[in-house]
Formats: sequence, structure tokens, C-alpha cells
Amino acid sequence: MPAYRPPAIPSSEITPRSVYLRRREFMGLMAGAGLMLGAGGARAEAPATVPLKTVASGYKVDEPLTPREDVTTYNNFYEFGADKADPSRHSQDFKPRPWTITVDGLVAKPQTFDVDKLIAELPVEERVYRMRCVEAWSMVIPWNGFPLKSLLDRVEPLGSAKFVAFETVVRPEEMPGQSGLFQPMPWPYVEGLRLDEAQHPLAILAVGLYGETLPNQNGAPIRLVVPWKYGFKGIKSIVRISLVETQPPNSWNSLQGSEYGFYANVNPEVDHPRWSQATERRIGESGFFGSGRRPTLMFNGYADEVASLYAGMDLRANY
Amino acid sequence: MAASRSALLDNLAGWGIYVVGFIPAVSSFWLGATGGLGADPVRAFEQTLGLWALRFLILTLAITPLRQLAGINLLRFRRALGLLAFWYAAMHFTVYLTLDRGLIWSTIIPDIVRRPFITLGFAALVLLVPLAVTSNRLSIRRLGKNWRRLHRLVYIAVSLAAIHYLLATKVLDPTQAIHIGLVVLLLGYRLVRGVVRRPERRAA
Repeated sequence: MPAYRPPAIPSSEITPRSVYLRRREFMGLMAGAGLMLGAGGARAEAPATVPLKTVASGYKVDEPLTPREDVTTYNNFYEFGADKADPSRHSQDFKPRPWTITVDGLVAKPQTFDVDKLIAELPVEERVYRMRCVEAWSMVIPWNGFPLKSLLDRVEPLGSAKFVAFETVVRPEEMPGQSGLFQPMPWPYVEGLRLDEAQHPLAILAVGLYGETLPNQNGAPIRLVVPWKYGFKGIKSIVRISLVETQPPNSWNSLQGSEYGFYANVNPEVDHPRWSQATERRIGESGFFGSGRRPTLMFNGYADEVASLYAGMDLRANY
Repeated sequence: MAASRSALLDNLAGWGIYVVGFIPAVSSFWLGATGGLGADPVRAFEQTLGLWALRFLILTLAITPLRQLAGINLLRFRRALGLLAFWYAAMHFTVYLTLDRGLIWSTIIPDIVRRPFITLGFAALVLLVPLAVTSNRLSIRRLGKNWRRLHRLVYIAVSLAAIHYLLATKVLDPTQAIHIGLVVLLLGYRLVRGVVRRPERRAA
């Protein structure tokens, strides 16, 4: 007779395999809960960002970085609301993982990519870029990402492809700006680039910020950054990239074509009809007094790299 | 005796309105100076001042309908509310010139002259100046009937201010919609009442 009989474990106490396999998620959740408690528990925190393995790059603006706090609490992302504080306040329910991005259209190998796989496979560079909003404010942001071209190369664009169209996710249940009474524009938010612009080494798909994965409010998990163009070209939370033959629509242009063009290159000489684009205010630099107004640079200071893309073009007509 | 006491109370209430009325400006300034207005404190402070200028204009315009429709007489507060609107508009413009545009006149003047968004806001402020200057008792007595005529300029000023506010953003947001809606309502009330009352007068 055995001296000891192990107690029978009721089947209800055995962790189902599916849950067991999600233990990392669970631990992440608990860690998140811990953070929330640490932060006072009252406010729902957005899912924590995680560190990225990055490599240095030669693309670095020699100007002071805009504090992370400002980059993550002051920006436009109308899917979460029209106020610049809305994205950070109202994006905590957004689930940027898992995430896939489909690249299709006029390509030899249309594919759907898992974003985390892309991050593991492609070297993620640090790119310190100026960011100039069409509203005449600017920042200096250390993005982490890879050239858009390296993704386009994988699908092999056909000779007939002339433009690249981008599309943001539509999730009204997770993005409060996409539901309710005041919806500023039709969804999805769309953007576009000429193929040669998209293949330019400065154009990147950012997956991180300040060495960590993108916070929801900044376009998690993957967004476009085209530093010589106004910020609204930097479409966020991208789900689809299509190569096309004719110029695709872009949301702000469709909404107000007289004020926002397709090209939207930063240009101090071509004003917005309602305000001058000759100067800008650097966020986080000036504080309250001693306005940090500075002259806006042609192509946001990237003229040496990109001016040749527009040789012979009338930049007043193609604003 | 009773009359002077009520005048004293009115005076106190008037001063009370000024004290309360400047709280948004003072608190916003304090927050801005101590880093409590977010990433772009200048813009936040500037917009707060502009919004309160419009709010005080709206309150000024609400006095008459309140009296006519609800029988609530707040006429004694109207001067204070109107002057607050003027002071907020003036502060809003001062912040635009200094903290926002850094007194760079080469870009400020073309903006005021050429850009309807800025021009309209500036025009609204200019229209408020004669109203503020003639808001004292002496002017009211001296100008007589013309005082009322002159002060109808507020209708134009508030319309310009509302359009200026509408043009300030890329898309319409709820706060804007509410304020501009109130302006339309209060101006519409006067229009309708003017149309309705004219035949009455003729009949009388």
C-alpha cells in the first residue's frame, strides 16, 4: 500500500494548452498591471513599448532631440481625436500586435508580412529626422525603422508601377476618432508617394521611437516617415501598401485640395492659404518665453538629398 | 439710502466679475510658465485667451435674450463682460505678436494684411476698441442715441471672431461647433426679433 497518494488534480485546475501557450502575453499583462498600479492605478496606461535592437545610421540631424514626452503627447492622429493631446489620451485600447501589412498591386510577388518578423529580419536603423507639421510647428525625432525601399524590393515592383498607395487600419472599436459624431474625414486615412520618392533612402517605415517600439499614439506598429514632406504624409498604423500606375488619393488633399497637395514638400516659399510657412516653432525647445521660432528650410533641410527628385517641376503648382 | 446700497452691491458684483473673469487667463499663464500646458504652451495659452474672448462676447450677447425671454435681468454685468471680452482679445493678440510670432514684423504684417484668417481676427479686435473706450458712463451720456448705434458694432465683431475661430483649425471640432452655434443662435435671435417686431411698431 503506497504511503502517499498524489491528490487528483481536478481538470478545471489544469491550464488549457491555449492559455498556457499565451503565458508571455499573460506575463506582459501582469507587468502592465504592475506598471499601472505603480502609476497610481487610476489611469489606464497604453500597452508598454519594448526596446528594439537597432543599428546606428549616418542619418542624424545635429540639433537637440525633442523630448520623448513631447513627441508622445503632442501630435495629430485623427483616428484618436482631433486634439493634439487626444492620441496619447485615447489610444490605450488600440492593439498593434499581432499585425500584418499587405503589399500588393503592380508587383511580381505580392505578400503579407508580419511586422514583428520584418523587425527581426531587417536591420532597424536609428534615423534622427526633423519633423515639420503643416501647422508650422516642428520636432527632431529619433525614429527606428528601415528604408521603405527594402520592403518594396521584396515584392519586386513591375515596370508599370509609378506610385505607391498607403492605407491606415480602420478599427472604430479601438480608435475613438473613427466613431461618433465628429468625424473629420472618411476612413481609412490614405496617402501616396511617387515610386521614386518611396524608393529614396530617406523614406523609411518606422517601427520605433527613442529605441523602443512605437507607442500607439505615434502610429504603432508601423508608419511612414518622409522627412522632407509635411507630417501629414507620414501615414500611421499601415495595413496595406499598393503599387499603382496613377497618382493615388491622399486624405488631406481629398478633404481640402486648395490647402493640402499631393506632394506636400516642406517649402518656406509656398504658404498655406491661411498661414505662412516661412517659419516654424520648435516644440519643447522654447518653453513659454523666448519663442523658438526659426526659419523653415527648403525640403525641411533635406534639399541636397531630394531636390533632384523635383528638377524642372513647378513647386508652386505642385504644392 | 436703498438705492445707493443697491448701487454699491452692483459695483461689488461688477468687480467680482472682473476678478472671476481673469481667472482663466491667470491660471493658464501660471500653467504655461510652470510647464503645465503640454508640449506647445504658447499655442495653448494663445488659444485659451482667444476662446475666452469669444466666450465673453457670447455672454455679452446673451444678456438681452435672457431678459426678454426668461425675465432675468443681468444688464448691470454687461459692461464688465464686454470689457473682459476686449481684454482677452487684446491679450490674445499680444501673445500672438510676442510669444508666438516673436515680434518678427516682416512675417507678422504680411499675415495680418493678406491672410483672411488673421485679418478677420485683427479686425474683430479693432472693432472692439471703440466699444471699450466708450463703455464708461460719461460716453453713454454724451453719445446719447449714437451710443447704441455704435455698440451694434459688436454684432460684426463677434461674427468676425467666429469666422476667425472657424478658420483656425483644419477640421471642425465639437468645442468650435458649440461656440459658433451659440453665436449664430444669438445673432439669429436678433434678426428674427427685428423682423417680428417691425410690423408691431407699424401697427402701434
